[in-house]
Amino acid sequence: MPILEGEGVTKYFGGLAAVSNVDFYVDEGEIVGLIGPNGAGKTTLFNLISGALVPKSGVIRFQGANITGLKPHRICKMGIARTFQSVKVFANMPALENVMLGSLFGAPNSVAPAEAVREATALLDFVGLSAVGATPAKDLTLANQKRLEVARALATKPKLLLLDELMAGLNPTETAEAMALITRIRDQGITIFMIEHVMKAIMSVCDRIMVLHHGVKIAEGTPQEIATSKKVIEVYLGE
Amino acid sequence: MNAVGVDLKKLRAPALLLVLLLLLIALPHARPGYAVVLVYTILMYIVLTVSWVLFSAPTGYVSLAPAAFFGVGIYTSAILGMKLPLPVVICIGGLASAFLALLVGALTLRLKGIYFAIFTFGLVELIKHFVLWYELKYTGTRGRFLLPVGNNTIYYVMLAILVALLLTTYFIKRSKYGLALQSIGEDEEAAAHTGINVTLLKIITFAISAVFTGAAGAIWAIRLTYIDPYIAFDVNNSFMPVLMAIFGGLGQLYGPILGAVVFSFLREVLITRFPYYYMLLIGTILLVSILYLPNGLVGLIQRWRRRIWGGQHANT
Ligand SMILES: Nc1ncnc2c1ncn2[C@@H]1O[C@H](COP(=O)(O)OP(=O)(O)O)[C@@H](O)[C@H]1O
Ligand SMILES: [Mg+2]
Repeated sequence: MPILEGEGVTKYFGGLAAVSNVDFYVDEGEIVGLIGPNGAGKTTLFNLISGALVPKSGVIRFQGANITGLKPHRICKMGIARTFQSVKVFANMPALENVMLGSLFGAPNSVAPAEAVREATALLDFVGLSAVGATPAKDLTLANQKRLEVARALATKPKLLLLDELMAGLNPTETAEAMALITRIRDQGITIFMIEHVMKAIMSVCDRIMVLHHGVKIAEGTPQEIATSKKVIEVYLGE
Repeated sequence: MNAVGVDLKKLRAPALLLVLLLLLIALPHARPGYAVVLVYTILMYIVLTVSWVLFSAPTGYVSLAPAAFFGVGIYTSAILGMKLPLPVVICIGGLASAFLALLVGALTLRLKGIYFAIFTFGLVELIKHFVLWYELKYTGTRGRFLLPVGNNTIYYVMLAILVALLLTTYFIKRSKYGLALQSIGEDEEAAAHTGINVTLLKIITFAISAVFTGAAGAIWAIRLTYIDPYIAFDVNNSFMPVLMAIFGGLGQLYGPILGAVVFSFLREVLITRFPYYYMLLIGTILLVSILYLPNGLVGLIQRWRRRIWGGQHANT
C-alpha cells in the first residue's frame, strides 16, 4: 500500500484548472520527484496534500486514511510536513525557536519544552545550522533559511516530507549540500515527495518522477524514462 | 560569586514588582481621596491596554473590540449589580465578555489585517445600537443607575484584576502558546503547517483577553453610577488601549504598561486643567510621539541606556 495516494484530484482557480483529475501515489521510503513548467500546478498539488487548499473533487489518502479537506495542523500531526517555495520562516524568532515550534506542536505526541530544545538543537546540527541557533531567522542567508524550514519540518517527526523547490536560488555548492541532505533524510526512513527545477538534482536523487503540465499529469516513470520521453521533451522545449 | 550575581539579578524584577504591589495596596490608607480615584483610573487603562496587547501584539490582529467587551462588563454590572455579590458580578462580567469574544472570534478571525480591525470596530456600534433598541423597546428607559460602592473597593477590585491579568500574560508569554502566538504573527500559514491549530489558539486568546476587559468594565460601571449605551460602548475605549500600547512601545511587556500609565495620567491631568483643549493636546502628544518615537517610550529608554552604557563600553 502506498503511503500517499491521490485519485482524480482537481482544483480550480476561477475558470482555471490548476490541478485537473490527477492520480498519483508515493510508496513508503521512496524519493519521488514532481516536475513541470512554471504554472503547471505543482505547488497547488502540494497545497492540496498539506491542507492549505481543499480540492474541488478527488480523494487524497495518507497511510490509508482519507485526509481530503483536513486542516493543515491535523495533517501535519498525522505525519506530513512541508517546506515552501517562497520561504516562510518565523522571521523575528531565533532559528532554534523556529524548530522548537515543530517539536512542540507538530509531532504526533506532545513534547515537553526541555525536550523540544534538545530535539531542535539536534536538528539544527543535522541540517548544518548549529552555529546560528540564536540568530533571528530573517538574518540567515536564503540557503540557511531553506535548511531551517527543513529542520522545522523534521521537528514534527514526519513520515512524509514535501519539499517545494528546495534548491531554487541556491548556488552549485549549496545545491550539492541540499542533495546530500535529502539523501540523509531518506536514510532516516522518511519518504520524500519533491518539486524541483534543477534537473541534475532531480534525475540523480529521485527513484521516480511525475510530470505535470497545465494541471494534467502527462508522464510518470524512472528518471531514465522521463529523460527520454518524447512528450516530456516536447513540453520543456515548447516553452 | 558570579552565580550569586546572576541569581540576584533574576530576583530584582520580581522584588521590584512586589514592592510596587505593596505600595499600591498601601496607597488608600496613606492617601485616601482623589489619589485613589486617579490611580484606579490609571489601573483601568493598564488593564485595557495589557488585555489588548495580550492578543493583538503577538498575532498582529488589530482588534478594535475592547469597547464592546468593556461595555458588556458594564451592562452585566448594571443588570446584576443589585442582585449578586460584587465578586460574582465581576466574574460574570468577564465571562460574558469572553463568551462574546468566542462568538466573534469564531466568525471573524479568518479575516486578515484591516478587515478584522474594521469588523471589530463595527461590532462596538452594532452592540451599542442593539442595546439601545432593546432598552427602549423592552425596559422603556434609556439608561440605568447603579448602587455606588466605596472608592477603596473599586480600587482594590481593579488592582486584583490587573494582578490576575499580569500573571496570566506572563505565563502565556512564557509558555509554548506564547511562542505559537508569535509565530502566527510572523507567518500564519507556516504556523498552521507546523501543527499549530491557529484558529483555536486565536479564538481562545482573544477570549482570555476579553475576560479582563469585561471584568474591568463591570467594576468601572459602579464608578460611573449612571450608564446608557453611549457611555457603556464608547469607541474611545477601543482606541485608547491601541494608542497607549503604541505610545509605550510594543516590544516588551513593560512598554504598554508604561504607555498606559503615562498616557492616562496625562489625560487625567489635562482633562482637569484644560477641559476644552484636552483632546487637542492629546492629539498633539500622539502625533509628536508617533513622528519622533517610532518604538514608543521603550525605544526612547533604550536609546538613553545605550548612550549611557555605550560610552562605558567604548573604553573596554
Ligand atoms: N491562490 C491562487 N489563486 C489563484 N490562482 C492561483 C493560486 N495559486 C496558483 N494559482 C494559479 O494556478 C496555476 C498553478 O500554479 P502553481 O501550482 O503555483 O504552479 P507551479 O508550482 O507548478 O509553478 C498558475 O496558473 C497560478 O497562477
Ligand atoms: Mg511552484
